[in-house]
Amino acid sequence: MDDNKTDIKDFLAFAYSFYKTVKEYKINLVYEGEITHQIIKAFTSLTETNMEIDEESTSIQKKVFHVMVESLQNISKHADCLPTENQRKEGKGVFMLGKNGDTYCITSGNVISSTKVPEIKNQLIKINSLDKDGLKTLYKQQIREGRLTQKGGAGLGFIDIAKKTGNKLDFSFLSIDDEFSFFVLTSTISKNI
Amino acid sequence: MEVIKIIGTDDTPNVILDADNNIFEISGRSLPEDVTSFYEPILDWLDDYAEETNKKTIFDFKLVYFNTASSKLILDILLKLEEMYEAGKDVLVRWHFPDDDEDMEEAGEEYADIVEVPFEQVGYSLD
Repeated sequence: MDDNKTDIKDFLAFAYSFYKTVKEYKINLVYEGEITHQIIKAFTSLTETNMEIDEESTSIQKKVFHVMVESLQNISKHADCLPTENQRKEGKGVFMLGKNGDTYCITSGNVISSTKVPEIKNQLIKINSLDKDGLKTLYKQQIREGRLTQKGGAGLGFIDIAKKTGNKLDFSFLSIDDEFSFFVLTSTISKNI
Repeated sequence: MEVIKIIGTDDTPNVILDADNNIFEISGRSLPEDVTSFYEPILDWLDDYAEETNKKTIFDFKLVYFNTASSKLILDILLKLEEMYEAGKDVLVRWHFPDDDEDMEEAGEEYADIVEVPFEQVGYSLD
């Protein structure tokens, strides 16, 4: 019983420290779980309403909308799941939207099979090495040659995010175990672009 | 020919394909949950239409937003129009974009680079 009490106390303390952390990183929206089409619609519509209240320019609103949709769809289409999870379910991950001054930060994180890491990493490194024209060329090449996957992925998400934001993609792959990694991607949308 | 008329929602575009009245238009937002099944009837319709086209076909795109999955299907539509044009039909694509939306204007430019079909960019004001 005493243990249980301590656990609850710890948990309540965690809720407060979580709240403080979210505030400290200026996060407006944080979610962990399955990303469905309904979730994507709800998050984008909520964010649109908030941006209208903040009187953001249409250009920024559209860019944030674009990046949110592509990041969320990346999770729903590409996230793998850990075999240890009780309920095997793909398409789950973490999503965060932060706003710090003039900059919006959109972060997605999800489990992927480690065998996919080199390919994704190379693609991101390539995208980050390109300028605006290079990205345009790559986009045109991929839209012509790429095929839609069963889940409706066009292989254009990262390129589109880089094109729309004009910023480099920040990413990292954290090792979970021999088989799985945690992939984190942060895109930044700045007002003065 | 059968008419396709789809009323747009917050995640699917308005579509009118009406050969008798010479209206070919896709407008609004496109991020359907299942892009392939949304665009399939449109592509099938265009295949039928290609058999017996009107004297002139003007296809209007007036999208305000589309996701990357939709962009692939939009290219498929344009490729069908390109086929018609290459078969000697009179085809024109009009790509409408809000005046202040550089990204949408650029998307039109990119499509125009990819497909060999007469392509007109039309800016419009939201006011």
